[in-house]
Amino acid sequence: MILLEPREQPSRLLAVLSPVVAIGLMLFAGGIMLAAMGQPPLQALYVYFFQPVHELWFYLVRPEERAMWIYTPSEVLVKAIPLALIGAGLTICFRANVWNIGAAGQYTLGAIFGGAAALYGPEGSPWLTLPLYLAAGAFGGLLWAAIPAFLRTRFNANEILVSLMLTYVATLLLDWLVRGPWKSPTSFGFPVSADFTDSYLLPVLVQGTRLHLGLILAIVIAVALAVMMARTLRGFRVRVIGAAPRAGAFAGFSQSGTIWFVLLLSGGLAGLAGAIEVSATIGKLQPEISASYGFTAIIVAFLGRLNPAGALLGALILAISYIGGENAQILLKLPKNVTGIFQGMLLFFLLACDTLIRYRIRWTSAAAGAA
Amino acid sequence: MDTPAGQTALFEARDVSKLFGTFAANDKVSLVVQRGEKHALLGENGAGKSTLVKMMYGVMQPTSGRFFWRGQQVTIPKPAAAREMGIGMVFQHFSVFEALNVAENIALALPPQSMRGLSDSIAEVSEAYGLAIDPERAVHTLSVGEKQRVEIIRCLLQSPQLLIMDEPTSVLTPQETQVLFSTLNKLAEDGCAILYISHKLEEVKTLCDTATILRHGKLVAHCDPGKSSAREMAELMVGDNIANLARNGATQPGDARLEITDLTLPAVGDFGTALDRISLEVRAGEIVGIAGIAGEGQPELMDALTGERLAGTPGTIRFDGVPLGRAGPTDRRAAGAAFVPEERNGHAAISDLTLSENVILAHHTAERVAGGGWIDFGKAADWTRRIREAFDVRAGDENPAAGSLSGGNLQKFVVGREILRKPGVLIVSQPTWGVDAGAAAVIRQALIDLARDGAAVLVISQDLEEVFAICDRIAVIYHGTLSPAKPAAEMTAETVGLLMAGGTLAEDAA
Repeated sequence: MILLEPREQPSRLLAVLSPVVAIGLMLFAGGIMLAAMGQPPLQALYVYFFQPVHELWFYLVRPEERAMWIYTPSEVLVKAIPLALIGAGLTICFRANVWNIGAAGQYTLGAIFGGAAALYGPEGSPWLTLPLYLAAGAFGGLLWAAIPAFLRTRFNANEILVSLMLTYVATLLLDWLVRGPWKSPTSFGFPVSADFTDSYLLPVLVQGTRLHLGLILAIVIAVALAVMMARTLRGFRVRVIGAAPRAGAFAGFSQSGTIWFVLLLSGGLAGLAGAIEVSATIGKLQPEISASYGFTAIIVAFLGRLNPAGALLGALILAISYIGGENAQILLKLPKNVTGIFQGMLLFFLLACDTLIRYRIRWTSAAAGAA
Repeated sequence: MDTPAGQTALFEARDVSKLFGTFAANDKVSLVVQRGEKHALLGENGAGKSTLVKMMYGVMQPTSGRFFWRGQQVTIPKPAAAREMGIGMVFQHFSVFEALNVAENIALALPPQSMRGLSDSIAEVSEAYGLAIDPERAVHTLSVGEKQRVEIIRCLLQSPQLLIMDEPTSVLTPQETQVLFSTLNKLAEDGCAILYISHKLEEVKTLCDTATILRHGKLVAHCDPGKSSAREMAELMVGDNIANLARNGATQPGDARLEITDLTLPAVGDFGTALDRISLEVRAGEIVGIAGIAGEGQPELMDALTGERLAGTPGTIRFDGVPLGRAGPTDRRAAGAAFVPEERNGHAAISDLTLSENVILAHHTAERVAGGGWIDFGKAADWTRRIREAFDVRAGDENPAAGSLSGGNLQKFVVGREILRKPGVLIVSQPTWGVDAGAAAVIRQALIDLARDGAAVLVISQDLEEVFAICDRIAVIYHGTLSPAKPAAEMTAETVGLLMAGGTLAEDAA
């Protein structure tokens, strides 16, 4: 039998370095996997993780060649925006010991509500329509997250299962909308909505790239949330309820109130991310809107050490793996799923490192275990 | 330890000690259990009963001393070894898997075998000992008494010769207790010895042939419960020296600052206690103590007083006359109340947070450490410094994690955190639980000084010496009811001991 025993003095240094160790282990195990797929491992790993970083580096150190190297940095940031928004919200949720696994569904609902505003809302100045659009998206995600919040606080239903299952409901809802009532009459039978008008498209920040306004929103929100967690009573409440609900009750903090707060917050941010992504990179509703960002953001939250500002860094790392995956598809003809395997391994190693830094494994004889 | 000639004792513990640091939980305790005997192990909470039986069952190892099984010296390294020898134990808070059915729960504790055969043996045992239970029923649908039967059957299927029962009736109704007693009697007739841990004297008188009494980790007496009176046993349990301790000097109590009127709350969960029409008044300048054995409703009462559980009507609990029965802890603190719950880690403080952050826990609104929603870390650090100075809280860093402090220092911190607020009403549970004598003296003195300055202090404590040492009036909680508070001068160790064991003062007077 295997026992996990708490270590008396868990290393503080290792606790900080845990993400670095996990990335190293992911590269090692990923190398073995790539070799098994018949790829020279070092070269394949270069394509996956170091080529995007390499190109980022060229962009930074060669100002005169920036136009040439701008594609990779801008695409990394474009991918990082939804990951950072969702991930920052999830860090707060997880700190409260509330496990919202359904950010993908909240993201989808954000896209649907935003889409409703874009398709049926008024035309006019973007100063008016964009706030309306983003608010609608955030509201959609918030509404979807309210379901697990209600069921958890009222009936003690497990929020992991409820939020996860609602993801599939959300996907089917979007599918039905774009194949049914919201299908564009000029789509030649394709399941897509009408294109959003310019009033509902997020402005691009850097000409010649897809980098959009969402970047500023993501940074501002993540930093604001980090300040909230560190400096305000509201953030303190979340940490206390997550660490010791009974001490929270002693302090006069409402546990169900905190569960509502973190689920609505993380759901609202996931919804906002969905609305932003659809407006900035697709421009219409369709069945596939990259909702899996909602799952990847779980890794972002852990990689960012459950700190909203850390989630910005975690989002960058995961975004690089997405871009590397696209490179690998093109250059190495590797399937897209390999990216998912890398991301899964990263989370696995990260959680394993965090656990083994705090606990040691002890093997006991089978006889002692069975008795 | 007399053993009848020609018969070896079934189990014997000889001069067994267990030290935790310098604290002796068991100090040279000896115990002899004969075949077929119903043997009571009596003592107050903290007397060392649980420590002794945990060593007998292999959960802990003695620091010194020897165990004998059928005359042979044995070591009991783990519970599996105890079960193999023939010792079974039913814990007070039993562990059953709610999602499984009865047979599956029992199968988990036994060597692998066919479920059909197991169901048959369960039916057989439950028939033989009057433990009616359906092996197919899901455990979450069972009553507490039925869950206990599952545990007992689980033990009996391993054919024990000694069955240890840790306060088995604390969760049972009187009817269920009757059924349990007839099962235990039947078992004893069949030759199985019972070691029955309890502090309920009437039960012990009904059931047991012999009794061993522990106090402060030491063996104080063997007696025959049939011949000794409940009163004699109560005296042996609580000791007779405590009434001699010096008490707080006479005070002139002022107006009522804490009023509890007919506080009634239902029990929560299997192990909870319902509160039944509790009424009490604590006046300015006095310390009132609530004595009682563990699990008689103290945590429930504390939760109702802090506001973690709300009372039925606002008027049930008044602080300085203000009805706050339906108000949460923050509003009660704002009205001048302060609280120190029994559990330091995870209730009064969070071990992962720093001391300053633990100040915020209680002072965020009442002392405006986080007034307006923004945390004032300077203010929190200032409080921390003042608490550490006033109560000599020792720790390595300036602002360490609460978990790095010793128990005594952390307790001084959480008590100091509340007292430095100069509250009008202080409610404290187990103020010196598990702290060394020096820290205990500091804390008790601080409580006395606070009352002298005009606060009303309510102390909930299982430590009778403490209650007699600092309290002006004493009430006893038993089964969720509270006896009227009487001046400490009129109470003796035996009257309090009797009330704690479920007697009444009227009975005592008769």
